[in-house]
Amino acid sequence: MTRWLLALLLALAPPAAMAQVVADPAPLQFQDRAEETRFHALVSELRCVMCQNQSLADSNAQIAHDLRREVLQLMRQGKSDAEVKQFLVARYGEFVLYKPRVESKTWLLWFGPALLLLVGGFVVARVVRGHAGSRGDAPGNDEQEW
Amino acid sequence: MSASKLGRWLPLAVFAALAVLLGAGVWLSRQPNREALPSPLIGKPAPQFSLPVLHEPGRLVTLDELKGAPFVLNVWGSWCASCRIEHPVLTRFAESKRVRVVGYNWKDERADALRWLDQFGNPFWMVLVDYEGRYAIDWGIYGAPETYLVDAGGVIRWKHVGPLDEAIIREQLLPALARAEAGR
Amino acid sequence: MLPELGQVALLLALLVATLQALLPLAGAQRGIASWMAVARPAAYAQLLLVAAAFAILTHAFVVQDFSVQYVAENSNSLLPWYYRYTAVWGAHEGSLLLWALILALWTAAVARFSRRLPDAVIARVLGVMGLVAIGFLAFLIFTSNPFTRLLPAAAEGRDLNPLLQDPGMIIHPPMLYLGYVGFCVPFAFAIAALLDGGATRQGHDDRQWRDWLRWTRPWTNVAWAFLTCGIALGSWWAYYELGWGGWWFWDPVENASFMPWLAGTALLHSQAVTEKRGSFRGWTLLLAIAAFSLSLLGTFLVRSGVLTSVHAFAADPTRGLFVLVFLGIVIGGSLVLYALRAPDGDKDASFAPASRETLLLVNNLLLVAACAMVLLGTLYPLLADALELGKISVGPPYFALLFLLLMAPLVLLVPFGPLTRWQREQPSKPLAMLVPWAGLALGIGIAAFFLAPQGAWKTAAGLAGAAWVFAGTARFAWSRFAIKGSRFTAEMLGMTLAHVGIAVFLVGALLTEGLSMQRELALSPGQSVALAGREFRFDGVERRIGPNYIADHGTVRVLRDGRAIDTMHPEKRSYASGGQVMTEAAIDPGITRDLYVALGESLGDGAWAVRVHVKPFVRWIWFGAGLMALGGLVTATDRRFRRKEAAP
Repeated sequence: MTRWLLALLLALAPPAAMAQVVADPAPLQFQDRAEETRFHALVSELRCVMCQNQSLADSNAQIAHDLRREVLQLMRQGKSDAEVKQFLVARYGEFVLYKPRVESKTWLLWFGPALLLLVGGFVVARVVRGHAGSRGDAPGNDEQEW
Repeated sequence: MSASKLGRWLPLAVFAALAVLLGAGVWLSRQPNREALPSPLIGKPAPQFSLPVLHEPGRLVTLDELKGAPFVLNVWGSWCASCRIEHPVLTRFAESKRVRVVGYNWKDERADALRWLDQFGNPFWMVLVDYEGRYAIDWGIYGAPETYLVDAGGVIRWKHVGPLDEAIIREQLLPALARAEAGR
Repeated sequence: MLPELGQVALLLALLVATLQALLPLAGAQRGIASWMAVARPAAYAQLLLVAAAFAILTHAFVVQDFSVQYVAENSNSLLPWYYRYTAVWGAHEGSLLLWALILALWTAAVARFSRRLPDAVIARVLGVMGLVAIGFLAFLIFTSNPFTRLLPAAAEGRDLNPLLQDPGMIIHPPMLYLGYVGFCVPFAFAIAALLDGGATRQGHDDRQWRDWLRWTRPWTNVAWAFLTCGIALGSWWAYYELGWGGWWFWDPVENASFMPWLAGTALLHSQAVTEKRGSFRGWTLLLAIAAFSLSLLGTFLVRSGVLTSVHAFAADPTRGLFVLVFLGIVIGGSLVLYALRAPDGDKDASFAPASRETLLLVNNLLLVAACAMVLLGTLYPLLADALELGKISVGPPYFALLFLLLMAPLVLLVPFGPLTRWQREQPSKPLAMLVPWAGLALGIGIAAFFLAPQGAWKTAAGLAGAAWVFAGTARFAWSRFAIKGSRFTAEMLGMTLAHVGIAVFLVGALLTEGLSMQRELALSPGQSVALAGREFRFDGVERRIGPNYIADHGTVRVLRDGRAIDTMHPEKRSYASGGQVMTEAAIDPGITRDLYVALGESLGDGAWAVRVHVKPFVRWIWFGAGLMALGGLVTATDRRFRRKEAAP
């Protein structure tokens, strides 16, 4: 019964009138492997401005499709990766970069972990030094319980 | 490992700072339009374009033709459900004749757009058509509806992402418009 | 009628949890045996009540009772019967009930399998778990009731999110929660130790600490194993369901489960030191608190709407506030207790710089730094937004780079740990044992670098790292067998398995990233695309009807040297209930590679955009994780944890 219902639904399904125009839905064509590799790498570092946390490479949104096309065009115009990114940032803001720029407002982000590691390393060194000495058991026992 | 005074209370201090941040997060997430991207074009000249007019297919309009007085640019499409929701609000605002409301028909079939306007009414002073979305990228458009306020000199003064309502028009658009007209 | 009984069951469970928390904790403090004795029965009663509530909700889904709002929002008359069971945890309220159920399960398990624990200890542990249960049950009852009625009943349900109509949904959340919630056990043990003033006072001897840790370690290992499985399952599920063959996106929800895992791994290793050597007691306690705190934090992040993610539950700031307050009480309270009662390190046994203690300290440092880095990256956009610095994004480029930098030293150290003795070791000994293998690994890396068709660095790093870890771990196992009369305990076996799992994982992760290939083309029926020595011939798309969807069912034949090796069927499904379109990729799994085919857009005249991937060794990612989890489980079975007396 349900299968017939679905078949009916299929027959009556409205055409995609609610869909945005797709300028050219065909997949992008690349001139060579190097261009394709560069494109994929670049587009994975950019964020889809519309979606819930997807990269420009992964997203199916219409705007993502348009932006991918734009990125390829910019690449072919001879723009470097940095210039392509700057083009998008100028229009959509830094939100579009998955790799945040290193600027004063992201110093904590980029250098925080290194700082933490440094401080932690210092603490560990202090602890190790503090525990050196001949308190406790006999040294390096081969019969050690594992 | 020796837990000195600092070492003992440090974890709590770190957590307290974290809790404050998370509290701020909860506070911020109460705003309805939290996901909207702020536009980097505020205060910058609007991008140049040359687009056909919906009701006069042969005619092309550029940004320069629209300069001289402020105007509101509303991005919409017949495929956009939220545009239908904001339509009455937009119509009322346009009918107040406070400022020109220019429509930006984005990624839409001409026939569908005309039918939509026939069905719901046309609030726009003029409707520009961007079928492929080429100039939309320059404007930083990523969805519909979106609304811009451009001043007489062609500088973008304000942008809103999402449907308009009376409160937004009253509390944000009109004051921005007043500031733009006063030359501030 | 039944849903109302479900509500009653939850209320009773809350009452029982309160009794389970207050009486035993007070009893342990005051030494009142009858109060302490309430703990175990209360734990069993809580399990019965929460299980009853869960069964009632499941029943409502199975019979499709659309008068229950939660069922109406997450089910549909066309939903296949097997997904009705998993729809129970398809959204916030139900998944929270699952959380409560699993917490009750762990509590009952602790009550059942800890006969030999002193009464005061078990009373405190179950009491603390009861406190956590109070929080979750209260959260459920007062803000997220799954039994709310919808009157008049809906004629039709809104349907389970099609993304969740998948076998992965059956196993991933329960496994993940078993891990997440499981960290409540070492947490409860830690709080119990802190509450027991005796255990932390200077005068108390090492044996009591060792006993405490012998009890805690198996529970921690098992919880960690489940969490490892849960994360791996999530990764596998996302691979074939979302994204184009990606297996980890550093998405906030993924990070939310990864942080407790990193802290938990540090905890496992720290517990080993504290149990065997009596050192770092305070630090181990702190890690136990941290691991569960991160679990709770994860729960908060996923449900509060504070972060954007395709995986997150629907946002609700009110709920977010409730969880935040709960977090404040539980974590804040624990950390205050820690600050006041944590033991000093004065009584720690000494050790030389060259010793296993030092290596494990470095292990902990790197894991904790990695955990902090993930936390920082995940919360940074929120911080920037709160400070009005604009909207920024922190994504895979950041996380992957820093994670690699922090984990590389750890990978280098892994083989040294088991070969280095406690307290004092001559560095030349383990070095002598390992140098030949380092050379081998380096050689493999160099060969891989020059032979790899692409992604030379990643391939070389993956193979070299894996060879190093594997060889070093095998060297330890061999040296253990070589010593006459020595035992190869379950703990050693578990460790060996887990470390080999690291090696397997490295192969999978780095080789997939380095050597994956993809093509996307417009194909008409009969046309093909060539990739990685194979030909993918597109045979067109036909309409098919599924139980609750209509599919564009594609056929792609895979040929190698003209010989057909497989037929793959990617689909694009349109679900009847909401019109949502899902892309179902077709995967040909293999040990050395996966073939992955997906349909893009229809281009008219039978032509379609077809996307083809070849992903070498991607399954090794999950094999590796599986080995790690197995290692955790095997370790937990070690006899030393079940001995009554600690070794002198």
